[in-house]
Amino acid sequence: MTPVLSVLVHNKPGVLNRITALFMRKGFNIQSLTVCITESPDVSRMTLVMSEMDEAALEQVMKQLHKQIDVLKVTDLTEAPMVSRELALIQVNSPIAQRATITSLIDPFRASIVDVGRDTVTVQVTGDAEKIEALISLLRPYGIRELARTGLTALPREASAVSELRRLNESQVLPI
Amino acid sequence: MPGMSKPADEMKRPTGEANHRTDGAMLLKGADMVVEALRRERVDVIFGYPGGAVLPLYDALYECGIRHVLTRHEQGAIHAAEGYARVTGRPGVVIATSGPGATNLVTGLADAMMDSIPIVAITGQVAKTVIGTDAFQETSIIGISTPITKHNYQIRHASEIPKVFKEAFHIANSGRKGPVLIDIPKDVAGETALFSYDDPPQLPGYQPTVVPHQLQIRKLMSGLSRAKKPVILAGAGILHAGASAELVAFAERHRLPVVHTLLGLGGFPASHPLFLGMGGMHGSAAANKALHETDFLINLGARFDDRLTGKLEFFAPHATVAHVDIDPAEIGKNVSTQIPVVGDVREALLMMLAADVESPHADAWMNELLATKEQFPYWYVQEGTGIKPQRLIAEIARLTAGNAVVITDVGQHQMWTAQFFPFEVPDRWVTSGGLGTMGFGLPAAIGAYFGKPEQQVVAILGDAGFQMTQQELAVIGEMELPIKVVIVNNGALGMVRQWQELFHGERYSASLLEWQPDFIKLAEAYRIPATRVQEDDALTDVLTAFLAAPGPGFLECVVEPRENVFPMVAPGTGIHQMVGVKP
Repeated sequence: MTPVLSVLVHNKPGVLNRITALFMRKGFNIQSLTVCITESPDVSRMTLVMSEMDEAALEQVMKQLHKQIDVLKVTDLTEAPMVSRELALIQVNSPIAQRATITSLIDPFRASIVDVGRDTVTVQVTGDAEKIEALISLLRPYGIRELARTGLTALPREASAVSELRRLNESQVLPI
Repeated sequence: MPGMSKPADEMKRPTGEANHRTDGAMLLKGADMVVEALRRERVDVIFGYPGGAVLPLYDALYECGIRHVLTRHEQGAIHAAEGYARVTGRPGVVIATSGPGATNLVTGLADAMMDSIPIVAITGQVAKTVIGTDAFQETSIIGISTPITKHNYQIRHASEIPKVFKEAFHIANSGRKGPVLIDIPKDVAGETALFSYDDPPQLPGYQPTVVPHQLQIRKLMSGLSRAKKPVILAGAGILHAGASAELVAFAERHRLPVVHTLLGLGGFPASHPLFLGMGGMHGSAAANKALHETDFLINLGARFDDRLTGKLEFFAPHATVAHVDIDPAEIGKNVSTQIPVVGDVREALLMMLAADVESPHADAWMNELLATKEQFPYWYVQEGTGIKPQRLIAEIARLTAGNAVVITDVGQHQMWTAQFFPFEVPDRWVTSGGLGTMGFGLPAAIGAYFGKPEQQVVAILGDAGFQMTQQELAVIGEMELPIKVVIVNNGALGMVRQWQELFHGERYSASLLEWQPDFIKLAEAYRIPATRVQEDDALTDVLTAFLAAPGPGFLECVVEPRENVFPMVAPGTGIHQMVGVKP
């Protein structure tokens, strides 16, 4: 399991350091971490993708985060209905002759070319981690020069929308 | 008695710029605001050491009415604050300057963090205008202390002082207690702002659960009533929560055996027939048998430290575990727990006492444990003419009628004290548990004295640990504090030597102190009356006179150098695999 945690914290200097210091102290490993401001200027949202861990370890991570005075809320999004996105910029070798192939390759990913050079193009792609991994592996044979990924950011889905979806799904099941 | 400070109410109010307003707020300089905040928190003693960045603060402290104890090293100041906090249950306050002053607090902060001791540490910082320029005596104490404090603050403007101090004292002394550090840049002390201390702390991210969930209490009680082999493991949470009376009442109500952790000692009377002793590495055979064989373990405010549990797979392997802790992160951290109860342990015990359930049918179990307790008491063999350290501890206990506040350092003498000094009442036992800080004892004794000046204070120290903070003899000498310092001199780093003997083929690498100072001359240099005793025959007479003498005292007790602490759970083994349970 690679847990995804959404953590609301006070938007104050030093808070990021508190969280990373906690992770270092407890030996927790992070795959990605994004920090951004929220609708309230006093509150920041951290989206953490943790390395593979079991349930007991995740519980300990969440409890330790809760202990921080500047942490307001910790939500485990791993199994919860959520919207999550990551953005990647991929600079890939692209001689003029191959450019059309690359364009057609990235098209189904709704990715776009955001920079064009003599020898390379830079592709921008948004989506979940799997989709980005898939595009990267497709582009790899052409020669990826540089790669930058933002890490995941996420929000839980609105509860009412989720329950509506469930109701719809259940209503389509034929009672036997 | 060297004059204690007056109650906070009678203390002098700040003079000069104090400009009272109708709404109760007043205009004050930053340094005066700090002093005023300390007054409002009813701080009666501060341990500290001045320096450049705290000069304005020390100027405000001058003749302010709050007693200041000048230790001879900042580490001494914070351990003293810990000793004070441990015996009073109130936050200990320590002040140090920026840079080296602040870094010298590090060991004490880590120690207080491990043992949940409420501390408010105030450090000076270089002026805001030069922070980040590697200015003289600049260090990022916020960065350094983040992992070893419950919380910390750097004040950016004097107007934040009342809010930060109010929060700091609240955080330090509520929930799971711990150290909070406040870093104050030098120029903040000169800024002027409105001081109002009436607003309650606003901490939406800090809401400790005090009253446990009734449902969990019900689960615990119904599990207990079905148990055949129940046992209570009581930790320092009992002391922090002031729950001794409730613990005794609960154990008696259901006739439950009680095991203490090292730091919990005194929470349950040592002479009580239901008491099995301390558990863990150097615990009693009966306590460890109970922890191994139990089918229902109630942990009340202990954190399942590895020195207690031994190898985890052998710790209470057949038990349903109920764990009451104010810190939810401790529940399930080391030992998997079926009945978690988050809350204050006194509140929990009151609810458990109110529950109307049948007591467990555990007489056979209780009798078995009491037989083990009878059969395997802590032991030592009296032989030769030298002094056995265990007998020294037992004699101190006998001669003080168990009434003294006892402070130890870390190592063999600490374990012997835990074994042979029967603690009957709470808050008379001060020791460094989790961090195991050598050098803790002497300064902690000074703090404990200021916390409980009406009690006899006995510091039992090893010869090695004593030398780590021996400069604090100056405080005892200067202020003529009636603290009795006992050095258990075995000429070694005793516990290290014991492990090398048992696990490293008797290769005593860097653990024998073959050269030592003349301890008597050392104490006398600090003008403290000093005596040496090395013959068992003389021990009782010397101790009697030493403990009865007024004022400070120093006793070097030369003990058998090869004595080991037994029984013992060797590292990596289970608590049922004790060695040395009898001679």
